[in-house]
Amino acid sequence: MSSNLADGLFVFVLAGFVGFEVIRRISPLLHTPLMSLTNAISAISLVGSIVIAGSEKSQLSTILGTIAVTASMANVVGGFVITDRMIKMFKRREGAKR
Amino acid sequence: MKLYFVQFAYLAAAASFIMALRWLSHPTTARRGVRIGEFGMALAVVATLLHKDIISYEWIFIAFFLGSAIGIPLAVWMPMTHVPQRTALSHAFGALAASLVGTAEYYLHTGELSAFTMGALGIEVILGYLTFTGSLMAFGKLQELLPGRPIVFKGQNFFNLSVLALAVGLTIYLIFNPGQTELFPIIVVLSLIFGVLLIIPIGGADMPTVIALLNSYAGLSAAAMGFVLDNKLLIVAGALDGASGFMLSVIMCKAMNRSFTNVLFGGFGQVQAVAGEVEQRTVRSASPAEAASLLETASSVFIVPGYGMAVAQAQHKVRELYDALTKRGVDVRFAIHPVAGRMPGHMNVLLAEADIPYDRLSEMDDINPEFPQADVALIIGANDVTNPAARYDKNSPIHGMPILDTDKARTVMVIKRGMASGFAGVENELFYMDKTMMLFGDAKAFTADLVKELAANHD
Repeated sequence: MSSNLADGLFVFVLAGFVGFEVIRRISPLLHTPLMSLTNAISAISLVGSIVIAGSEKSQLSTILGTIAVTASMANVVGGFVITDRMIKMFKRREGAKR
Repeated sequence: MKLYFVQFAYLAAAASFIMALRWLSHPTTARRGVRIGEFGMALAVVATLLHKDIISYEWIFIAFFLGSAIGIPLAVWMPMTHVPQRTALSHAFGALAASLVGTAEYYLHTGELSAFTMGALGIEVILGYLTFTGSLMAFGKLQELLPGRPIVFKGQNFFNLSVLALAVGLTIYLIFNPGQTELFPIIVVLSLIFGVLLIIPIGGADMPTVIALLNSYAGLSAAAMGFVLDNKLLIVAGALDGASGFMLSVIMCKAMNRSFTNVLFGGFGQVQAVAGEVEQRTVRSASPAEAASLLETASSVFIVPGYGMAVAQAQHKVRELYDALTKRGVDVRFAIHPVAGRMPGHMNVLLAEADIPYDRLSEMDDINPEFPQADVALIIGANDVTNPAARYDKNSPIHGMPILDTDKARTVMVIKRGMASGFAGVENELFYMDKTMMLFGDAKAFTADLVKELAANHD
Protein backbone atom coordinates (compact mmCIF):
# COMPACT_ATOMS: atom_id res chain seq x y z
CA MET A 1 0.00 0.00 0.00
CA SER A 2 2.83 2.39 0.79
CA SER A 3 4.16 2.05 -2.75
CA ASN A 4 0.71 3.12 -3.97
CA LEU A 5 1.02 6.20 -1.84
CA ALA A 6 4.48 6.95 -3.18
CA ASP A 7 3.41 6.38 -6.80
CA GLY A 8 0.29 8.43 -6.31
CA LEU A 9 2.13 11.36 -4.75
CA PHE A 10 4.75 11.19 -7.48
CA VAL A 11 2.09 11.50 -10.17
CA PHE A 12 0.15 14.13 -8.24
CA VAL A 13 3.11 16.45 -7.69
CA LEU A 14 4.38 16.18 -11.27
CA ALA A 15 0.92 16.70 -12.73
CA GLY A 16 0.52 19.71 -10.47
CA PHE A 17 3.72 21.24 -11.83
CA VAL A 18 2.71 20.55 -15.41
CA GLY A 19 -0.64 22.11 -14.62
CA PHE A 20 0.92 25.30 -13.25
CA GLU A 21 3.25 25.63 -16.24
CA VAL A 22 0.57 25.02 -18.85
CA ILE A 23 -2.07 27.18 -17.20
CA ARG A 24 0.34 30.06 -16.62
CA ARG A 25 0.45 30.61 -20.37
CA ILE A 26 -3.29 30.94 -20.76
CA SER A 27 -4.26 34.55 -21.28
CA PRO A 28 -6.85 36.10 -18.94
CA LEU A 29 -8.92 36.50 -22.09
CA LEU A 30 -9.75 32.80 -21.86
CA HIS A 31 -10.01 32.32 -18.11
CA THR A 32 -13.73 31.57 -18.20
CA PRO A 33 -13.38 28.83 -20.85
CA LEU A 34 -10.37 27.56 -18.89
CA MET A 35 -12.55 27.07 -15.85
CA SER A 36 -15.26 25.27 -17.76
CA LEU A 37 -12.70 23.06 -19.52
CA THR A 38 -10.90 22.04 -16.33
CA ASN A 39 -14.33 21.40 -14.90
CA ALA A 40 -15.12 19.02 -17.73
CA ILE A 41 -11.72 17.36 -17.35
CA SER A 42 -12.08 16.81 -13.64
CA ALA A 43 -15.43 15.19 -14.33
CA ILE A 44 -13.17 12.25 -15.14
CA SER A 45 -14.38 11.13 -11.72
CA LEU A 46 -16.95 9.59 -14.05
CA VAL A 47 -14.62 6.58 -14.39
CA GLY A 48 -14.71 5.97 -10.64
CA SER A 49 -18.47 6.41 -10.54
CA ILE A 50 -19.06 4.00 -13.42
CA VAL A 51 -17.33 1.14 -11.63
CA ILE A 52 -19.31 1.78 -8.44
CA ALA A 53 -22.61 2.02 -10.30
CA GLY A 54 -22.07 -1.11 -12.37
CA SER A 55 -20.48 -3.52 -9.94
CA GLU A 56 -23.71 -4.26 -8.04
CA LYS A 57 -21.94 -4.80 -4.76
CA SER A 58 -24.68 -3.35 -2.62
CA GLN A 59 -27.87 -1.45 -3.14
CA LEU A 60 -26.43 1.63 -1.49
CA SER A 61 -23.36 1.67 -3.70
CA THR A 62 -25.46 1.23 -6.85
CA ILE A 63 -27.68 4.17 -5.88
CA LEU A 64 -24.78 6.43 -4.92
CA GLY A 65 -22.84 5.36 -8.00
CA THR A 66 -25.76 6.08 -10.31
CA ILE A 67 -26.21 9.58 -8.87
CA ALA A 68 -22.45 10.13 -9.17
CA VAL A 69 -22.45 9.01 -12.82
CA THR A 70 -25.36 11.36 -13.53
CA ALA A 71 -23.61 14.31 -11.91
CA SER A 72 -20.27 13.68 -13.63
CA MET A 73 -21.91 13.02 -16.97
CA ALA A 74 -23.70 16.37 -16.70
CA ASN A 75 -20.31 18.01 -16.21
CA VAL A 76 -18.56 16.09 -18.97
CA VAL A 77 -21.16 16.85 -21.62
CA GLY A 78 -22.05 20.31 -20.37
CA GLY A 79 -18.46 21.33 -19.74
CA PHE A 80 -17.17 20.48 -23.20
CA VAL A 81 -20.21 21.89 -24.98
CA ILE A 82 -20.18 25.25 -23.21
CA THR A 83 -16.40 25.59 -23.53
CA ASP A 84 -16.68 25.07 -27.25
CA ARG A 85 -19.59 27.49 -27.43
CA MET A 86 -17.57 30.17 -25.66
CA ILE A 87 -14.43 29.68 -27.67
CA LYS A 88 -16.35 29.89 -30.93
CA MET A 89 -17.38 33.42 -29.94
CA PHE A 90 -13.82 34.71 -29.77
CA LYS A 91 -13.17 36.22 -33.20
CA ARG A 92 -10.62 38.66 -34.47
CA ARG A 93 -11.37 41.69 -36.60
CA GLU A 94 -11.79 40.95 -40.26
CA GLY A 95 -8.52 41.54 -42.01
CA ALA A 96 -6.61 41.99 -38.75
CA LYS A 97 -3.01 40.91 -38.80
CA ARG A 98 -2.17 37.79 -36.85
CA MET B 1 -4.10 -7.85 -22.17
CA LYS B 2 -7.26 -5.99 -21.36
CA LEU B 3 -5.55 -4.57 -18.29
CA TYR B 4 -2.79 -3.11 -20.45
CA PHE B 5 -5.33 -1.63 -22.80
CA VAL B 6 -7.07 0.09 -19.93
CA GLN B 7 -3.82 1.48 -18.53
CA PHE B 8 -2.68 2.75 -21.94
CA ALA B 9 -6.06 4.29 -22.57
CA TYR B 10 -5.82 6.10 -19.24
CA LEU B 11 -2.30 7.27 -20.01
CA ALA B 12 -3.41 8.59 -23.40
CA ALA B 13 -6.37 10.32 -21.75
CA ALA B 14 -4.09 12.01 -19.20
CA ALA B 15 -1.80 13.22 -22.01
CA SER B 16 -4.82 14.49 -23.97
CA PHE B 17 -5.98 16.53 -21.01
CA ILE B 18 -2.60 18.21 -20.71
CA MET B 19 -2.60 18.95 -24.44
CA ALA B 20 -6.13 20.30 -24.15
CA LEU B 21 -4.97 22.89 -21.63
CA ARG B 22 -1.86 23.56 -23.66
CA TRP B 23 -3.91 24.42 -26.76
CA LEU B 24 -6.32 26.49 -24.76
CA SER B 25 -3.58 29.10 -24.40
CA HIS B 26 -4.62 30.88 -27.59
CA PRO B 27 -8.04 31.48 -29.18
CA THR B 28 -6.83 30.15 -32.55
CA THR B 29 -5.91 26.72 -31.15
CA ALA B 30 -8.43 26.57 -28.32
CA ARG B 31 -11.05 24.58 -30.19
CA ARG B 32 -8.47 21.95 -30.98
CA GLY B 33 -7.92 21.80 -27.22
CA VAL B 34 -11.58 21.09 -26.61
CA ARG B 35 -11.54 18.35 -29.28
CA ILE B 36 -8.59 16.51 -27.77
CA GLY B 37 -10.08 16.86 -24.30
CA GLU B 38 -13.26 15.20 -25.56
CA PHE B 39 -11.20 12.49 -27.22
CA GLY B 40 -9.36 11.77 -23.98
CA MET B 41 -12.59 11.64 -22.05
CA ALA B 42 -14.26 9.28 -24.53
CA LEU B 43 -11.23 7.00 -24.48
CA ALA B 44 -11.20 6.86 -20.68
CA VAL B 45 -14.94 6.14 -20.50
CA VAL B 46 -14.78 3.33 -23.08
CA ALA B 47 -11.81 1.77 -21.30
CA THR B 48 -13.64 1.97 -17.98
CA LEU B 49 -16.73 0.27 -19.36
CA LEU B 50 -14.53 -2.78 -19.92
CA HIS B 51 -13.68 -2.95 -16.21
CA LYS B 52 -13.96 -6.51 -14.87
CA ASP B 53 -16.06 -5.51 -11.84
CA ILE B 54 -18.90 -4.15 -13.93
CA ILE B 55 -21.71 -6.65 -14.08
CA SER B 56 -24.67 -4.55 -15.05
CA TYR B 57 -24.78 -1.65 -17.50
CA GLU B 58 -28.39 -0.78 -16.93
CA TRP B 59 -27.90 1.94 -14.32
CA ILE B 60 -24.78 3.26 -15.99
CA PHE B 61 -26.64 3.99 -19.22
CA ILE B 62 -29.66 5.39 -17.44
CA ALA B 63 -27.30 7.74 -15.60
CA PHE B 64 -25.50 8.65 -18.86
CA PHE B 65 -28.84 9.62 -20.31
CA LEU B 66 -29.96 11.58 -17.24
CA GLY B 67 -26.62 13.36 -16.97
CA SER B 68 -26.72 14.39 -20.61
CA ALA B 69 -30.31 15.53 -20.19
CA ILE B 70 -29.14 17.84 -17.39
CA GLY B 71 -25.80 18.90 -18.86
CA ILE B 72 -26.71 19.70 -22.45
CA PRO B 73 -29.53 22.21 -21.75
CA LEU B 74 -27.33 23.88 -19.12
CA ALA B 75 -24.61 24.32 -21.72
CA VAL B 76 -26.59 25.12 -24.85
CA TRP B 77 -29.19 27.57 -23.62
CA MET B 78 -27.41 29.18 -20.73
CA PRO B 79 -27.01 32.90 -21.50
CA MET B 80 -23.41 34.07 -21.22
CA THR B 81 -24.32 36.48 -18.42
CA HIS B 82 -25.21 33.40 -16.36
CA VAL B 83 -21.96 31.54 -16.90
CA PRO B 84 -20.77 32.18 -13.30
CA GLN B 85 -23.91 30.49 -11.97
CA ARG B 86 -23.47 27.55 -14.30
CA THR B 87 -19.86 27.21 -13.24
CA ALA B 88 -20.82 27.18 -9.57
CA LEU B 89 -23.41 24.54 -10.30
CA SER B 90 -20.96 22.36 -12.18
CA HIS B 91 -18.48 22.57 -9.30
CA ALA B 92 -21.33 21.33 -7.11
CA PHE B 93 -21.98 18.39 -9.46
CA GLY B 94 -18.31 17.46 -9.67
CA ALA B 95 -17.87 17.59 -5.92
CA LEU B 96 -21.07 15.62 -5.35
CA ALA B 97 -19.84 12.84 -7.65
CA ALA B 98 -16.50 12.63 -5.84
CA SER B 99 -18.04 12.60 -2.39
CA LEU B 100 -20.69 10.00 -3.27
CA VAL B 101 -18.05 7.70 -4.72
CA GLY B 102 -16.05 8.19 -1.52
CA THR B 103 -19.10 7.38 0.60
CA ALA B 104 -19.88 4.26 -1.44
CA GLU B 105 -16.27 3.10 -1.21
CA TYR B 106 -16.33 3.59 2.53
CA TYR B 107 -19.40 1.44 3.06
CA LEU B 108 -18.21 -1.22 0.60
CA HIS B 109 -14.91 -1.67 2.38
CA THR B 110 -15.75 -0.76 5.97
CA GLY B 111 -13.12 -2.13 8.30
CA GLU B 112 -10.73 -3.23 5.56
CA LEU B 113 -9.42 0.20 4.56
CA SER B 114 -5.76 0.87 5.25
CA ALA B 115 -4.83 4.00 7.16
CA PHE B 116 -3.57 5.58 3.94
CA THR B 117 -6.72 4.84 1.97
CA MET B 118 -8.89 6.03 4.82
CA GLY B 119 -6.91 9.27 5.00
CA ALA B 120 -7.32 9.90 1.26
CA LEU B 121 -10.99 8.97 1.51
CA GLY B 122 -11.40 11.43 4.36
CA ILE B 123 -9.91 14.24 2.26
CA GLU B 124 -12.08 13.26 -0.70
CA VAL B 125 -15.25 13.23 1.35
CA ILE B 126 -14.60 16.38 3.42
CA LEU B 127 -13.50 18.46 0.41
CA GLY B 128 -16.22 16.97 -1.74
CA TYR B 129 -19.16 17.64 0.56
CA LEU B 130 -17.99 21.10 1.60
CA THR B 131 -17.47 22.05 -2.04
CA PHE B 132 -20.90 20.68 -2.86
CA THR B 133 -22.83 22.85 -0.40
CA GLY B 134 -20.40 25.75 -0.81
CA SER B 135 -20.93 25.78 -4.57
CA LEU B 136 -24.69 25.55 -4.16
CA MET B 137 -24.51 28.57 -1.85
CA ALA B 138 -22.38 30.42 -4.39
CA PHE B 139 -24.93 29.50 -7.05
CA GLY B 140 -27.71 30.85 -4.83
CA LYS B 141 -25.90 34.13 -4.31
CA LEU B 142 -25.06 34.55 -8.00
CA GLN B 143 -28.59 33.69 -9.07
CA GLU B 144 -29.81 36.14 -6.41
CA LEU B 145 -31.86 33.49 -4.66
CA LEU B 146 -29.84 34.40 -1.58
CA PRO B 147 -28.77 37.88 -0.45
CA GLY B 148 -25.52 38.87 -2.17
CA ARG B 149 -24.21 40.89 0.75
CA PRO B 150 -22.09 39.00 3.25
CA ILE B 151 -23.82 37.78 6.38
CA VAL B 152 -21.61 38.01 9.44
CA PHE B 153 -22.10 37.23 13.10
CA LYS B 154 -19.94 37.45 16.17
CA GLY B 155 -17.41 34.68 16.61
CA GLN B 156 -18.15 33.46 13.08
CA ASN B 157 -14.62 32.58 12.11
CA PHE B 158 -14.00 30.72 15.34
CA PHE B 159 -17.26 28.83 14.97
CA ASN B 160 -16.65 27.94 11.31
CA LEU B 161 -13.12 26.75 11.91
CA SER B 162 -14.29 24.67 14.87
CA VAL B 163 -16.75 22.86 12.62
CA LEU B 164 -13.99 22.09 10.12
CA ALA B 165 -11.53 21.12 12.85
CA LEU B 166 -14.09 18.75 14.33
CA ALA B 167 -14.65 17.07 10.95
CA VAL B 168 -10.90 16.67 10.41
CA GLY B 169 -10.38 15.50 13.99
CA LEU B 170 -13.07 12.84 13.70
CA THR B 171 -11.55 11.64 10.43
CA ILE B 172 -8.15 11.25 12.08
CA TYR B 173 -9.80 9.38 14.94
CA LEU B 174 -11.56 7.13 12.44
CA ILE B 175 -8.26 6.31 10.73
CA PHE B 176 -6.93 4.86 13.96
CA ASN B 177 -10.22 3.40 15.17
CA PRO B 178 -11.79 1.95 12.02
CA GLY B 179 -14.49 0.26 14.08
CA GLN B 180 -16.24 3.53 14.92
CA THR B 181 -18.27 3.54 11.70
CA GLU B 182 -20.99 5.71 13.22
CA LEU B 183 -18.55 8.64 13.02
CA PHE B 184 -18.62 8.66 9.22
CA PRO B 185 -22.10 10.18 8.79
CA ILE B 186 -21.15 12.84 11.37
CA ILE B 187 -18.12 13.79 9.27
CA VAL B 188 -20.35 14.04 6.21
CA VAL B 189 -22.84 16.31 7.96
CA LEU B 190 -20.12 18.54 9.42
CA SER B 191 -18.54 18.96 5.99
CA LEU B 192 -21.89 19.84 4.45
CA ILE B 193 -22.46 22.44 7.17
CA PHE B 194 -18.97 23.88 6.80
CA GLY B 195 -19.54 24.43 3.07
CA VAL B 196 -22.57 26.58 3.83
CA LEU B 197 -20.80 28.50 6.60
CA LEU B 198 -17.81 29.16 4.37
CA ILE B 199 -19.83 31.04 1.76
CA ILE B 200 -22.26 32.93 4.02
CA PRO B 201 -19.78 35.74 4.86
CA ILE B 202 -18.66 36.21 1.25
CA GLY B 203 -20.06 39.01 -0.87
CA GLY B 204 -20.81 39.19 -4.58
CA ALA B 205 -17.65 40.95 -5.72
CA ASP B 206 -15.49 38.29 -4.08
CA MET B 207 -17.16 35.59 -6.12
CA PRO B 208 -14.37 35.41 -8.73
CA THR B 209 -11.92 34.31 -6.03
CA VAL B 210 -14.35 31.99 -4.35
CA ILE B 211 -15.45 30.29 -7.56
CA ALA B 212 -11.81 29.71 -8.44
CA LEU B 213 -11.15 28.31 -5.00
CA LEU B 214 -14.14 25.97 -5.18
CA ASN B 215 -12.85 24.88 -8.58
CA SER B 216 -9.58 23.98 -6.94
CA TYR B 217 -11.29 22.06 -4.11
CA ALA B 218 -13.41 20.07 -6.56
CA GLY B 219 -10.23 19.12 -8.42
CA LEU B 220 -8.37 18.14 -5.27
CA SER B 221 -11.31 16.05 -4.18
CA ALA B 222 -11.17 14.19 -7.52
CA ALA B 223 -7.41 13.71 -7.04
CA ALA B 224 -8.03 12.28 -3.54
CA MET B 225 -10.49 9.90 -5.17
CA GLY B 226 -7.66 8.82 -7.46
CA PHE B 227 -5.61 7.93 -4.38
CA VAL B 228 -8.50 5.93 -2.92
CA LEU B 229 -9.14 4.00 -6.12
CA ASP B 230 -5.46 3.86 -7.04
CA ASN B 231 -6.27 5.46 -10.39
CA LYS B 232 -3.50 7.64 -11.86
CA LEU B 233 -5.74 9.26 -14.46
CA LEU B 234 -7.96 10.65 -11.71
CA ILE B 235 -4.90 11.92 -9.87
CA VAL B 236 -3.60 13.71 -12.97
CA ALA B 237 -6.94 15.26 -13.91
CA GLY B 238 -7.62 16.26 -10.33
CA ALA B 239 -4.16 17.82 -9.99
CA LEU B 240 -4.65 19.81 -13.21
CA ASP B 241 -8.01 21.10 -12.05
CA GLY B 242 -6.68 21.81 -8.57
CA ALA B 243 -3.68 23.70 -9.97
CA SER B 244 -5.83 25.71 -12.35
CA GLY B 245 -8.34 26.72 -9.69
CA PHE B 246 -5.61 27.59 -7.24
CA MET B 247 -3.76 29.69 -9.77
CA LEU B 248 -6.86 31.59 -10.79
CA SER B 249 -7.72 32.36 -7.20
CA VAL B 250 -4.20 33.68 -6.59
CA ILE B 251 -4.55 35.92 -9.65
CA MET B 252 -7.91 37.17 -8.38
CA CYS B 253 -6.54 37.88 -4.91
CA LYS B 254 -3.61 39.81 -6.36
CA ALA B 255 -5.96 41.84 -8.52
CA MET B 256 -7.69 42.99 -5.36
CA ASN B 257 -4.56 43.28 -3.22
CA ARG B 258 -6.12 40.94 -0.69
CA SER B 259 -4.98 37.73 0.93
CA PHE B 260 -6.83 34.43 0.89
CA THR B 261 -7.61 34.78 4.57
CA ASN B 262 -9.03 38.22 3.97
CA VAL B 263 -11.29 37.01 1.17
CA LEU B 264 -12.48 33.95 3.09
CA PHE B 265 -12.76 35.41 6.56
CA GLY B 266 -12.83 39.15 6.05
CA GLY B 267 -16.56 39.63 5.51
CA PHE B 268 -15.61 42.28 2.92
CA GLY B 269 -18.29 44.51 1.46
CA GLN B 270 -20.61 44.66 4.44
CA VAL B 271 -22.86 47.65 4.55
CA GLN B 272 -20.59 49.98 6.44
CA ALA B 273 -21.95 52.67 8.67
CA VAL B 274 -20.48 55.73 7.02
CA ALA B 275 -19.54 58.02 9.87
CA GLY B 276 -20.27 61.70 9.30
CA GLU B 277 -18.71 63.35 6.28
CA VAL B 278 -21.91 63.62 4.29
CA GLU B 279 -20.36 66.58 2.57
CA GLN B 280 -22.36 67.42 -0.51
CA ARG B 281 -20.13 67.46 -3.51
CA THR B 282 -21.26 68.34 -6.95
CA VAL B 283 -20.86 66.23 -10.01
CA ARG B 284 -21.22 67.23 -13.62
CA SER B 285 -23.91 65.28 -15.37
CA ALA B 286 -24.35 65.23 -19.12
CA SER B 287 -27.01 64.26 -21.65
CA PRO B 288 -26.62 61.55 -24.30
CA ALA B 289 -26.30 64.29 -26.95
CA GLU B 290 -23.40 66.01 -25.20
CA ALA B 291 -21.65 62.72 -24.56
CA ALA B 292 -22.17 61.53 -28.13
CA SER B 293 -20.73 64.68 -29.66
CA LEU B 294 -17.61 64.31 -27.53
CA LEU B 295 -17.22 60.62 -28.34
CA GLU B 296 -17.58 61.31 -32.03
CA THR B 297 -14.74 63.82 -32.10
CA ALA B 298 -12.42 61.64 -30.05
CA SER B 299 -9.65 59.76 -31.75
CA SER B 300 -9.40 57.06 -29.11
CA VAL B 301 -11.98 55.78 -26.66
CA PHE B 302 -11.28 53.19 -23.95
CA ILE B 303 -14.39 51.44 -22.69
CA VAL B 304 -14.23 50.01 -19.16
CA PRO B 305 -16.92 47.36 -18.66
CA GLY B 306 -17.93 46.06 -15.24
CA TYR B 307 -20.48 43.82 -13.62
CA GLY B 308 -23.13 46.52 -14.09
CA MET B 309 -22.88 45.99 -17.85
CA ALA B 310 -23.62 42.30 -17.36
CA VAL B 311 -26.55 42.99 -15.04
CA ALA B 312 -28.09 45.42 -17.53
CA GLN B 313 -27.41 42.97 -20.39
CA ALA B 314 -25.87 45.92 -22.19
CA GLN B 315 -23.12 44.07 -24.08
CA HIS B 316 -24.97 44.02 -27.40
CA LYS B 317 -25.72 47.75 -27.23
CA VAL B 318 -22.06 48.31 -26.37
CA ARG B 319 -21.23 46.43 -29.56
CA GLU B 320 -23.44 48.83 -31.54
CA LEU B 321 -21.65 51.72 -29.92
CA TYR B 322 -18.34 50.12 -30.80
CA ASP B 323 -19.46 49.73 -34.42
CA ALA B 324 -20.76 53.29 -34.66
CA LEU B 325 -17.55 54.77 -33.32
CA THR B 326 -15.25 52.48 -35.28
CA LYS B 327 -17.08 53.46 -38.47
CA ARG B 328 -16.15 57.07 -37.73
CA GLY B 329 -12.51 56.12 -37.41
CA VAL B 330 -12.42 56.24 -33.63
CA ASP B 331 -9.98 53.75 -32.12
CA VAL B 332 -12.10 51.86 -29.56
CA ARG B 333 -10.53 49.50 -27.06
CA PHE B 334 -11.79 47.71 -23.99
CA ALA B 335 -9.89 47.88 -20.71
CA ILE B 336 -10.68 44.86 -18.57
CA HIS B 337 -9.85 44.55 -14.90
CA PRO B 338 -9.08 40.97 -13.80
CA VAL B 339 -11.89 40.94 -11.23
CA ALA B 340 -14.52 42.67 -13.38
CA GLY B 341 -17.65 40.56 -13.27
CA ARG B 342 -18.41 37.53 -11.18
CA MET B 343 -15.80 35.05 -12.37
CA PRO B 344 -12.35 35.17 -13.95
CA GLY B 345 -12.63 36.25 -17.60
CA HIS B 346 -16.36 36.98 -17.34
CA MET B 347 -16.22 40.32 -19.27
CA ASN B 348 -14.18 38.84 -22.11
CA VAL B 349 -16.78 36.15 -22.71
CA LEU B 350 -19.65 38.65 -22.66
CA LEU B 351 -17.95 40.99 -25.11
CA ALA B 352 -16.90 38.12 -27.35
CA GLU B 353 -20.52 36.94 -27.32
CA ALA B 354 -21.51 40.39 -28.59
CA ASP B 355 -19.06 39.87 -31.50
CA ILE B 356 -16.45 42.32 -30.34
CA PRO B 357 -13.12 41.13 -31.78
CA TYR B 358 -10.89 39.78 -29.02
CA ASP B 359 -7.87 41.80 -30.14
CA ARG B 360 -9.80 44.88 -28.93
CA LEU B 361 -9.95 43.48 -25.40
CA SER B 362 -6.95 44.50 -23.31
CA GLU B 363 -5.79 43.42 -19.91
CA MET B 364 -5.20 45.98 -17.22
CA ASP B 365 -1.41 45.83 -17.22
CA ASP B 366 -1.23 46.22 -20.99
CA ILE B 367 -3.61 49.10 -21.34
CA ASN B 368 -2.88 51.14 -18.21
CA PRO B 369 0.19 52.92 -19.64
CA GLU B 370 -1.94 54.04 -22.59
CA PHE B 371 -4.70 55.78 -20.65
CA PRO B 372 -2.96 59.20 -20.82
CA GLN B 373 -3.31 59.05 -24.61
CA ALA B 374 -7.01 58.20 -24.50
CA ASP B 375 -9.44 61.01 -25.29
CA VAL B 376 -12.31 59.38 -23.45
CA ALA B 377 -12.50 56.66 -20.83
CA LEU B 378 -16.10 55.42 -20.92
CA ILE B 379 -16.97 53.44 -17.80
CA ILE B 380 -19.99 51.17 -18.08
CA GLY B 381 -21.10 49.51 -14.87
CA ALA B 382 -17.70 49.46 -13.16
CA ASN B 383 -16.90 51.36 -9.98
CA ASP B 384 -14.37 50.26 -7.38
CA VAL B 385 -11.80 49.14 -9.99
CA THR B 386 -11.54 52.75 -11.22
CA ASN B 387 -11.32 54.51 -7.85
CA PRO B 388 -8.09 56.54 -7.66
CA ALA B 389 -8.33 56.45 -3.86
CA ALA B 390 -6.94 52.92 -4.08
CA ARG B 391 -3.58 54.50 -4.92
CA TYR B 392 -3.17 56.89 -2.00
CA ASP B 393 -5.91 56.66 0.62
CA LYS B 394 -4.51 54.33 3.27
CA ASN B 395 -7.83 54.25 5.13
CA SER B 396 -9.81 53.08 2.14
CA PRO B 397 -10.88 49.41 2.18
CA ILE B 398 -9.61 49.14 -1.37
CA HIS B 399 -6.21 50.74 -0.69
CA GLY B 400 -3.46 49.08 -2.71
CA MET B 401 -5.81 47.38 -5.15
CA PRO B 402 -4.50 47.69 -8.71
CA ILE B 403 -6.93 49.90 -10.63
CA LEU B 404 -7.51 50.95 -14.21
CA ASP B 405 -5.98 54.39 -14.70
CA THR B 406 -9.15 55.92 -16.10
CA ASP B 407 -8.49 59.21 -14.31
CA LYS B 408 -5.53 59.78 -16.64
CA ALA B 409 -7.69 59.92 -19.75
CA ARG B 410 -8.55 63.40 -21.07
CA THR B 411 -12.24 63.00 -20.35
CA VAL B 412 -13.93 60.41 -18.16
CA MET B 413 -17.53 59.37 -18.74
CA VAL B 414 -19.37 57.18 -16.28
CA ILE B 415 -22.67 55.51 -17.10
CA LYS B 416 -24.31 54.82 -13.77
CA ARG B 417 -27.80 54.59 -12.32
CA GLY B 418 -27.18 56.96 -9.44
CA MET B 419 -24.54 57.99 -6.98
CA ALA B 420 -24.69 54.79 -4.91
CA SER B 421 -21.31 53.47 -3.83
CA GLY B 422 -19.81 50.33 -5.27
CA PHE B 423 -19.32 46.96 -3.70
CA ALA B 424 -16.57 48.05 -1.34
CA GLY B 425 -18.97 50.63 0.09
CA VAL B 426 -16.69 53.57 -0.64
CA GLU B 427 -17.20 56.78 -2.55
CA ASN B 428 -15.41 56.97 -5.87
CA GLU B 429 -13.20 60.08 -6.14
CA LEU B 430 -13.28 59.78 -9.88
CA PHE B 431 -16.91 60.93 -10.07
CA TYR B 432 -16.07 64.31 -8.60
CA MET B 433 -13.18 65.18 -10.89
CA ASP B 434 -13.52 68.19 -13.18
CA LYS B 435 -13.00 66.14 -16.29
CA THR B 436 -15.64 63.59 -15.35
CA MET B 437 -19.10 63.55 -16.95
CA MET B 438 -21.70 61.48 -15.14
CA LEU B 439 -24.15 59.87 -17.52
CA PHE B 440 -27.06 58.90 -15.31
CA GLY B 441 -29.23 56.06 -16.47
CA ASP B 442 -29.49 52.35 -17.09
CA ALA B 443 -26.38 51.02 -18.84
CA LYS B 444 -28.32 49.46 -21.68
CA ALA B 445 -30.74 52.34 -22.21
CA PHE B 446 -28.05 55.01 -22.05
CA THR B 447 -25.77 53.17 -24.45
CA ALA B 448 -28.71 52.81 -26.82
CA ASP B 449 -29.28 56.58 -26.57
CA LEU B 450 -25.64 57.22 -27.40
CA VAL B 451 -25.92 55.01 -30.46
CA LYS B 452 -29.06 56.86 -31.54
CA GLU B 453 -27.40 60.26 -31.13
CA LEU B 454 -24.41 59.12 -33.14
CA ALA B 455 -26.67 57.89 -35.93
CA ALA B 456 -28.62 61.18 -35.93
CA ASN B 457 -25.44 63.26 -36.10
CA HIS B 458 -24.29 61.19 -38.99
CA ASP B 459 -27.23 62.10 -41.23
